[in-house]
Amino acid sequence: MATKDILKHILSGEISATEVLESYLKRIDEADPETNAFIQVLEPTARANAARADCLLEKGETPGLLAGLPVAVKDNICVKGAGCTCGSKMLENWISPYDATTVRRLREQGAVLIGKTNMDEFAMGSSTETSAYGITRNPWDLKRVPGGSSGGSAVAVAAGMAPLALGTDTGGSIRQPAGFTGICGLKPSYGLVSRFGVAAYASSLDAVGPLGQTVWDCALVLEAVAGADRLDPTSSARGRVAYTKKLDGNVRGLRVGFPRELLQGVSAPVKEQFDKALSTMEGMGIIVEEVSIPSVVHAVDAYYVIAAGEASSNLSKFDGVRFGKRAPAEMLDEMYTRSRGEGLGKEVIRRIILGTFVLGAGHKEQYYLRAAQVRTLIKRDFDKVFEDFDLIVSPASPDVAFKIGEKIQDPLTMYLGDLMTIPVNMAGLCALSMPMGFVRSGGLSLPCGLQVIGKPFDEQTVLRVGDSLEQEIGAEIRQEVRAMRRKLSPVRECELVD
Amino acid sequence: MTDRYEMMIGLEVHVELLTKTKMFCRCSSRFGDPPNTNICPACLGLPGSLPLANMEAVRLATRAAIALNCSINLSSRFDRKNYFYPDLPKGYQVTQFYEPLAQSGYIQIDSPLKKIRINRVHIEEDAGKSIHAGDEIITAEYSLVDFNRSGVPLIEIVSEPDMSSPDEARQYLEKLQRVLKFAGVSDVKMEEGSMRVDCNISVKPKGSEVPGTPCEMKNLSSFRAVARALAYEFERQKCVLEQGGTVVRETRHWDEAEQVTKVLRTKETSDDYRYFPDPDLPMLDLNHEFIEEVRKNMPKLPDEIVSYYVDELGLPEYDARVLTADPLLSGFFDKCVSLGAEPKAASNWIMVELLGYMKAEGISYENIPLSPEYLVSMLELIDKGVISGKIAKDILVIMIETGKDPRTIVKERGLEQISDEESLAGIIDEVIAGHPSVVEQIRAGKNKAVGFLVGQVMKRTKGKANPAKVNVILKDKLLS
Repeated sequence: MATKDILKHILSGEISATEVLESYLKRIDEADPETNAFIQVLEPTARANAARADCLLEKGETPGLLAGLPVAVKDNICVKGAGCTCGSKMLENWISPYDATTVRRLREQGAVLIGKTNMDEFAMGSSTETSAYGITRNPWDLKRVPGGSSGGSAVAVAAGMAPLALGTDTGGSIRQPAGFTGICGLKPSYGLVSRFGVAAYASSLDAVGPLGQTVWDCALVLEAVAGADRLDPTSSARGRVAYTKKLDGNVRGLRVGFPRELLQGVSAPVKEQFDKALSTMEGMGIIVEEVSIPSVVHAVDAYYVIAAGEASSNLSKFDGVRFGKRAPAEMLDEMYTRSRGEGLGKEVIRRIILGTFVLGAGHKEQYYLRAAQVRTLIKRDFDKVFEDFDLIVSPASPDVAFKIGEKIQDPLTMYLGDLMTIPVNMAGLCALSMPMGFVRSGGLSLPCGLQVIGKPFDEQTVLRVGDSLEQEIGAEIRQEVRAMRRKLSPVRECELVD
Repeated sequence: MTDRYEMMIGLEVHVELLTKTKMFCRCSSRFGDPPNTNICPACLGLPGSLPLANMEAVRLATRAAIALNCSINLSSRFDRKNYFYPDLPKGYQVTQFYEPLAQSGYIQIDSPLKKIRINRVHIEEDAGKSIHAGDEIITAEYSLVDFNRSGVPLIEIVSEPDMSSPDEARQYLEKLQRVLKFAGVSDVKMEEGSMRVDCNISVKPKGSEVPGTPCEMKNLSSFRAVARALAYEFERQKCVLEQGGTVVRETRHWDEAEQVTKVLRTKETSDDYRYFPDPDLPMLDLNHEFIEEVRKNMPKLPDEIVSYYVDELGLPEYDARVLTADPLLSGFFDKCVSLGAEPKAASNWIMVELLGYMKAEGISYENIPLSPEYLVSMLELIDKGVISGKIAKDILVIMIETGKDPRTIVKERGLEQISDEESLAGIIDEVIAGHPSVVEQIRAGKNKAVGFLVGQVMKRTKGKANPAKVNVILKDKLLS
């Protein structure tokens, strides 16, 4: 059942929020052992949230935009009283004493916080293989990765364990897993959604955003969490927008560019799906043209310098002094090195070392400051294209989900997989990832995502076009998703999920 | 000191701002509360916490920068200084490295009259405080951290190496302390750590164009320590140079007990702080209105007050400087003047008697033990001849110790001055009769001896006689 319909049923009283929650909890029992999407299921919290929503409904009050809808939350976003591991052993026993602003807003809008989802450690990864809490598997093929770092949130939605989820996206961590798992995910413009209460990876690039089955789902969650927050000095002063009301199908005459640089290295079958999506858009009256954004080819290099630099500083707080893992040691330096050495995983340490290097005396000009210049260039190039175009599109990733273990030993190849998504973070733009079709091979159907990039704070146009496109191609996708869920594990007593 | 070498001294001074709350969170910044009671996720560096700049701190920092004659940058920025230490919760300190709040100021010192240039004034946050169980860090059984101070707003004032003697450094610090105190931006207490000083000193052959290699000195807990450490360090570096050696660039620690500096770390092993702009904080943009507002609300600064005292009130420069040692003291004096006291008389009584008493009793300016009203009414009593200056000295102490007003004291203790000529004449006659030889000398022209007889009258009246009148009557009686 579509999330929109579940919400309608809850609001009309046909089904209670508690019943909805129990269905999803059951589904988690069925599907999570296979996929490992959740680090922690917040049963008591969720039941209390659902009961509260039901209580308000019974009294005839509206519990908010998300009235009783379960939302899974990536485990780097703080939920008061719950663990927040960030996928790391370092924070195994840390309980957050506060809610992230996004989580507080979800609560205020009547959402049910169903659980904390698995992720690459500290959001550093593109496969959810670097988590200290096990690999999350792609429900379309359990031998494959779901993408990352918000792999747990993507799988929770894809496998029907939660209708909605929150993720974070620093270089593609919402959009790439959404693409790999056949769902929608939105990386909002930098500053639209508060970062307060989100464990920072790279502060100038991090964004919190929604994942859902449909574009409307993403619009709904965005509507609930977006807007100015005085607790986040980098949050924009913009007020709330009713994004779901803006999905009016009015797309005729919009101009969409696809940068040839973002098609480099795209696999033939994905390119085929992308071309199909372009012609569908043309069929909808959208003007589609090839464009060039020369600087994006440097985006990945510059990104790894900036993100690693910021991360090396952001993760210094994990020192074993005040919270988190502390290794016993005689001397202070030994306590630091052992606590961090034992508490942090290989990929995280790799990026900390890289970041420490690029910020170091004698290297900073060559790396960090240079990368900052590249970033300015990328921004300028996008601005130029946006003078003539409303949107920019590309595949969300060069290929479909890869096999577990395939790239984990080869970080550079893994990094290049984010070529399409990284420029968006570098330029502070917004972008939606939505399923555009399937690549079929060896009896498998694997989804691939389309990325729709918009101007800063023009989520409306991005969502409107995504929603319209979904009207055209959504039926096939829904059918495939249903088949996948049934194959994954029998969908018992749970028509909501089906 | 030798003539062949000279020193260049630069000072880096950290000053805590007088805000109610911390620099990047809304915790109280009060000094002396029980450990770890003024803390929150932000100043503990918990995951997900973000900094929120305290505009009151920015205002005070701007005021300090203006008071130090700096130019204010309309756009400045916060940077991270990265290093590991248990009392640094985030693993970095937020400071302003690349684009400070203010630049290019100066402080004028008096002897010799000289402008010491200020390179920059920037805002930063303080770290927590490590407490080691045991005598020193190396042998400590365990260490504790108090995060109350973590995030308290500081400004750092960096001078150019313009000072050429320990005394100039001391003058610079005293002046800086005074200016900041009067500007109301900090209580600048070395003993509570709200003012901290690091020194850089280099030594070179006199007249040489090539600057020497600077050494930095830390752990200077008083101005005296600063001056001594500089003097020591000058001698040390001079010795090195005289023996044909080269001074090594290093950070040294002033050992107060041994009165020597010791190597803390050399440049080779020093930290690379990996400064970069803090991505959690936007540019700090100020507008002209804000700066004008700060300028307009600037309290009067010591130099301005000194010239007012000298030019308008006719005080000697020395008095003016003493009275501007502290805003509370000059405020006390101003109040006396506004209540009608004659400035020089008020100044004398404050400087000699009041400050003398306070110094002897170890009383600080915060606790001036007398109200200006009482002092002024005492001055009036002197003026009107009700009491003598000598008696007044006693009355001042009695006022302080009993809290009673001077009129009551005079009445209760019968301390009125005897100005009545008849009463005085009787006593004077007795004294004249009792000292015939002195009287003879006076009559022979030794006028100075009159003083002796006045003293005798004062003694007999227990100081209550009006000395001026006694003088007149005596002369009248003896010389006419």
